[in-house]
Amino acid sequence: MSFINYMAREINCKIVYYGPGLCGKTTNLQFIYERTNPDAKGKMISLATETERTLFFDFLPLSLGEIRGFKTRFHLYTVPGQVFYDASRKLILKGVDGVIFVADSQVERLEANQESVDNLRTNLAEQGYSLEKIPYVIQYNKRDLPNALPVEELRAVINPQGVPDFEANARSGMGVFETLKAVSKLVLNELRRGG
Amino acid sequence: MVNPQMVMYEEEFNQIQAVVDRLVREANAKVVFIVDKNGQLIAASGEVENIDTTSLASLTAGNIAATGGIAKLLRENEFATQFHEGEKANIHIQLVGNRVILVVIFDSKSSLGLVRLRVRKASDELNRIFEALLSKVAEPGSDSPFAEITDEDIDNLFND
Ligand SMILES: Nc1nc2c(ncn2[C@@H]2O[C@H](COP(=O)(O)OP(=O)(O)OP(=O)(O)O)[C@@H](O)[C@H]2O)c(=O)[nH]1
Ligand SMILES: [Mg+2]
Repeated sequence: MSFINYMAREINCKIVYYGPGLCGKTTNLQFIYERTNPDAKGKMISLATETERTLFFDFLPLSLGEIRGFKTRFHLYTVPGQVFYDASRKLILKGVDGVIFVADSQVERLEANQESVDNLRTNLAEQGYSLEKIPYVIQYNKRDLPNALPVEELRAVINPQGVPDFEANARSGMGVFETLKAVSKLVLNELRRGG
Repeated sequence: MVNPQMVMYEEEFNQIQAVVDRLVREANAKVVFIVDKNGQLIAASGEVENIDTTSLASLTAGNIAATGGIAKLLRENEFATQFHEGEKANIHIQLVGNRVILVVIFDSKSSLGLVRLRVRKASDELNRIFEALLSKVAEPGSDSPFAEITDEDIDNLFND
């Protein structure tokens, strides 16, 4: 749920990175954090376990610039991907304006990706959202690994509806900003239509 | 989209800011701020220069969301009040009208009793203001300033 503040002349939107455990959601945020000017970002918060798995969420506030005199701010969140953190994932999805699904391209993670998409669909539905209506893009991450499936095979399973999708290597940063831009554009378009 | 947009207008913002400013004084607090349940900062007052209000806002909302989740599991109503006592700073968190979160940070210059008392009064006022704000947002004709934006406006945001 975007927040339009006429007083501060700002608009705030919430983007959530979803996907199975270890697919690279936190790595996406870390890359964005490292490559963004200090004046355009706030602190990155990571509520993580001692082994650097996301426990509750990562949070990164970004300023994209102005549209018609309104500052556009995006709050980026990641969910914890491990299956048993489902209650937390539901909480993070509250008030979401756009979703990036980060898929792990490795062949042995295909089923985990599929389960995570199903889980996303269920959790959105619980809040009255649907994956067909909400701004939604997909990222095929870990393209650098030798066991990565061909994109066509991933697409057939994870993206049957044909939403915008991108190949990425979140460690090197390839595809990271492209994915974020794509979902941001969809969110702003949604706002234009009156959200 | 399903959720109505959260909107803030100058009139209500000024009223909210006045409540928050007064609460800082009357509760002898260091910092008071208001956050919506999604973690967006709405207003802040007091010694805010030295703290990262954006981070605090998101963590407070996460905290309320987590305890709300626990309450649900226990079939309990949402826990409306939380209090954390530190060595120097204490934090009092109050859910107002199940909509926004009122946070008071205070030290030994104040007391929990005083904070509670002042928070109760402020909550009532805030509740009224947010009610009014919501009915205004629901009115037709309160158009988004984004209705008129072009593809070019959107593209320009990303051309750097
Ligand atoms: N080779 C390679 N490794 C990656 C890539 N993206 C992330 N990783 C690595 O994968 C591991 C897990 O990445 P995270 O970003 O922590 O994964 P996550 O999705 O946040 O995991 P959870 O917090 O458990 O949900 C880390 O060791 C990353 O360095 C990539 O594109 N290629
Ligand atoms: Mg993570």
